[in-house]
Amino acid sequence: MTGISLFDVIGPNMVGPSSSHTAGAVSMALLARKIFYKEEKTKEQLMKRVDFTLYGSFAKTYKGHGTDRALLGGILGFATDDLRIRDAFSYAGKEGLEYTFTLSEEKDVHPNTADMDIAGKDGRHLFVRGISLGGGKVKIARLNQIEVDFTGEYSTLIVSQTDKQGVAAHITKCLSDCGVNIAFMRIFREEKGARAYTVVESDEKIPKTVTEGIKENPHIMDVTLL
Amino acid sequence: MDFKSGSELLDLCRETGLPISEIMKRREMELSGMAEDGVEIRIGKALAIMDASAHEPLEREIHSMGGLIGGEARKLEAGSKSGLPLCGSVITKAITYAMAVLEVNASMGLIVAAPTAGSSGVLPGVLFALKEEYGWGEEILRKGLYTAGAVGYLLMRNASVSGAQAGCQAEVGSASAMAAAAAVEMAGGTPDQAMSAAVGALSNLLGLVCDPIGGLVENPCQNRNAAGAVNALINAQQALADIRQRIPFDEMAQVMLNVGRSMPFELKESALGGCALAPSVCSMASDCCSRL
Repeated sequence: MTGISLFDVIGPNMVGPSSSHTAGAVSMALLARKIFYKEEKTKEQLMKRVDFTLYGSFAKTYKGHGTDRALLGGILGFATDDLRIRDAFSYAGKEGLEYTFTLSEEKDVHPNTADMDIAGKDGRHLFVRGISLGGGKVKIARLNQIEVDFTGEYSTLIVSQTDKQGVAAHITKCLSDCGVNIAFMRIFREEKGARAYTVVESDEKIPKTVTEGIKENPHIMDVTLL
Repeated sequence: MDFKSGSELLDLCRETGLPISEIMKRREMELSGMAEDGVEIRIGKALAIMDASAHEPLEREIHSMGGLIGGEARKLEAGSKSGLPLCGSVITKAITYAMAVLEVNASMGLIVAAPTAGSSGVLPGVLFALKEEYGWGEEILRKGLYTAGAVGYLLMRNASVSGAQAGCQAEVGSASAMAAAAAVEMAGGTPDQAMSAAVGALSNLLGLVCDPIGGLVENPCQNRNAAGAVNALINAQQALADIRQRIPFDEMAQVMLNVGRSMPFELKESALGGCALAPSVCSMASDCCSRL
């Protein structure tokens, strides 16, 4: 941790009361929203319903920390310093977004964990597990059925693919053709030959054009740029 | 212009003749790639949010999410006007503003985590008490924020600012160290004096546990923010009188981390020990939560 900014210390600017239980919850839900919507959305692609599951300390103290409003606020696209978070329930109502909160007793997870099961009006589904690490920092630990590990702090590319030979080489070639310097690149998969995610993180902004080239490979189903 | 320790920071100050605030500003410009304007705009925004959160609870009543706190800043202000001015003006204001920010925080209002939400009252408490008492302008307060940022960055990097990791000493203790150094620079002290004030502030709060009632960021957090603000002023005053601490900053940061590591889990934000387990509040907190 050498790259700590002044504004990591004097900040984040946030709606209280807790950087981990409120601001962190907003951030992980915002990431889930970005992954669900990608760049643009049509009316048909809007979210219909989100089912949240809270674990550990999130489950125990969510009311006093506004973790529920924070998660819903992030899903609605509010940033950590957006006062609309307080009234997230009524904003969700206005948008016609359905939601549920379930408290889990499961012990075998990080204490500040939330699952977000998002359903779109067009039938799309996305499952995201977020973990709040403290101080407003978060990471995404699961996408659909696959365990992943990224923070969204960098410019991030998420490629959904079949675990086949040559896919990783294709992705890195496309990135290098666009002059992107990779900071981290990891492949997450359930089992050999099954569905997998490649997550690429870069210090500089990854250009949109790179996604077109990557999609050309037949084993690649989807590309998301955060 | 980067530094990884308190001694590297002081070396940079000596080599360049610049104050801590200026070194920290230049470090941020290099790190972020932002021009000076951009950094100044962001620090100005943080200062404006701090200002609003320190004063808002004096204007209108605020209700916290958990119901454990609310109205303390107004009571202090009313008391200082009518009752005994026991603490004098600066300290009374510092306490009032520190507690006010925690009221805003606990009601899902807008605050600046500095370094955390639970310790967000300390720095505004000190900054705005001094501003109003001595008529300091925004320029001086900005310097205070940069200096506080330098100390907070070092503690975040080399020790901890997390209650779950190292107790309240890492949250309010760190905030107090940041505010102490800020007060020294704003008052015209040297970089050595500023870092010495930070050491004193940390050492006074060493071992402070994180034991929030009901797991909420309300009580004893709010009171400890007031204590952290006053502790900062004590240490700034001492440092400006050239009283030097025996332990260098980097060693003190390590000491704080080591004490935090030896604290049991029950006393690190788990709400399983300390004040959180006192019989009278143990049940009170759950009542509060179920009322919502």
